[in-house]
Amino acid sequence: MSTQSTIYLDYASTTPVDPRVATKMMEFLTPDGEFGNPASRSHKFGWKADEAVEQSRSHVANLVNCDPREIVWTSGATEADNLAIKGVARFYKSRGNHIITSKIEHKAVLDPCRQLEREGFEVTYLDPDDKGVISPNQVKSAIKDSTVLVSIMHINNELGTINDIERIGEITRDNGIFFHVDAAQSTGKIQIDLQKMPVDLMSFSAHKTYGPKGVGALYVRRKPRVRLEALIHGGGHERGMRSGTLATHQIVGMGEAFRIAKEEMNEDHGKVIKFHQKFLEKVNEIDHVYINGDLNNKVPNILNVSFNFVEGESLIMGLKDIAVSSGSACTSASLEPSYVLRALGRKDELAHSSIRFSFGRFTSDDDVNNTLDILGNVVHRLRELSPLWEMHLDGIDLDTVEWTTH
Amino acid sequence: MAYSKKVVEKFENTLNNPEAFKVGKFNPKDTNIGTGMVGAPACGDVMKLQIKCEPQGNTHIIKDVKFKTYGCGSAIASSSELVDMLIGKTLEEAKAIKNIELVEALELPPIKIHCSVLAEDSIKQAIEDYEAKQ
Repeated sequence: MSTQSTIYLDYASTTPVDPRVATKMMEFLTPDGEFGNPASRSHKFGWKADEAVEQSRSHVANLVNCDPREIVWTSGATEADNLAIKGVARFYKSRGNHIITSKIEHKAVLDPCRQLEREGFEVTYLDPDDKGVISPNQVKSAIKDSTVLVSIMHINNELGTINDIERIGEITRDNGIFFHVDAAQSTGKIQIDLQKMPVDLMSFSAHKTYGPKGVGALYVRRKPRVRLEALIHGGGHERGMRSGTLATHQIVGMGEAFRIAKEEMNEDHGKVIKFHQKFLEKVNEIDHVYINGDLNNKVPNILNVSFNFVEGESLIMGLKDIAVSSGSACTSASLEPSYVLRALGRKDELAHSSIRFSFGRFTSDDDVNNTLDILGNVVHRLRELSPLWEMHLDGIDLDTVEWTTH
Repeated sequence: MAYSKKVVEKFENTLNNPEAFKVGKFNPKDTNIGTGMVGAPACGDVMKLQIKCEPQGNTHIIKDVKFKTYGCGSAIASSSELVDMLIGKTLEEAKAIKNIELVEALELPPIKIHCSVLAEDSIKQAIEDYEAKQ
């Protein structure tokens, strides 16, 4: 089944690999390419592969303004988050057992924290404000003598809202606490300057920035030095922090993707900001629509909207040739609506009614126009089908109805 | 998760041609109308089912049905599928409809079985409401 007739507006979930990146990756696989093991020190095949890996490390470091020696390759942002959180907590457990994070982190942060709780650590999960932002003051007041690590995301994957990483980092630095930032959604979208940001560990993903799936990196600060207990042992690669033969083609893909991201960030940004504006105008023409997140403090590539009285999954089905995500329960294996939207204090029905649109480098004007042409119509038709819309039109306040919950 | 072809077809047909698929409302105060509304917005699905009945012999026959459903595609398809089953049935026959019939007709996966349960509840409630008025 071809997906080519479907409009892709789910870039925050994953991006296609930029064709320039794919071409580069192909050079590191076949017998006529540089297929060597970068750890082979005794021949040219190894040296060439190692050179490519180090070049890629520099590209990643350049994008976020750090020393290449501070970049550790991983299998993705999930592994980077696991390595940072479990690695620091376990290494420094004699110093304290308290970790601070937030309720709107990605599962790749929340689940390692849950695991640490099972190991005897204590975790504080901060509430965001109603726009989805974690206030630095909240972090400050949650700090205890036993706090060893704070983990707060840079950009929220569902909302696009941006946390004040610099301010939070100043607080953790003043208190001698390690600070980890999940920046999977940030690269190529917003400037990251690790010379200025007081961050100790930062997770990156290749596939959110036009690189391949299956590769990511963890930034581990050298000065002041951060130490980790490794999760994977077997050869001591990556200075002992992450063993396993390096996946040269994947790493080259990430390096090339991040090199292009640095060069074309302004261009990419200019494009999505135009789409965001257009979407916002059109969506606001529909009644009872709520924008989730902070319009004054978010990246423009993500737009999360709740269409009241319409359930998100049915809207996705109605928008059948458009690929988007929903905060609705029904798209997930659990039957809970988005925990991120619930944490903002949104009513469950608004969480069920939410759709995340996300744009990117290969989104066209036609993609956006065609989507907007049918969106209003599908919302209208689903409301005609909705008993809640009917009750609303009859002047019934849905909050006063006694529902038979199930 | 991919939807079964049957759910997709039922959902799309209902959305594209609501009147033909009995989307709408009767006046709930009429004595020949029974209304059932089940589910909750917070849970992500609410079904409203209305039956229009006529006495026949010593029972009552469902002559027409209207519904509205807020919920996922499977919930909407389940309501619509149920509606197809109801017209012409006696109340006793309608009461005997089990959710498993909807599960089979629409090939609902386990995680969507609650949609069919909700649909079964909606007809039970509508019949109760109708019978209370007689």
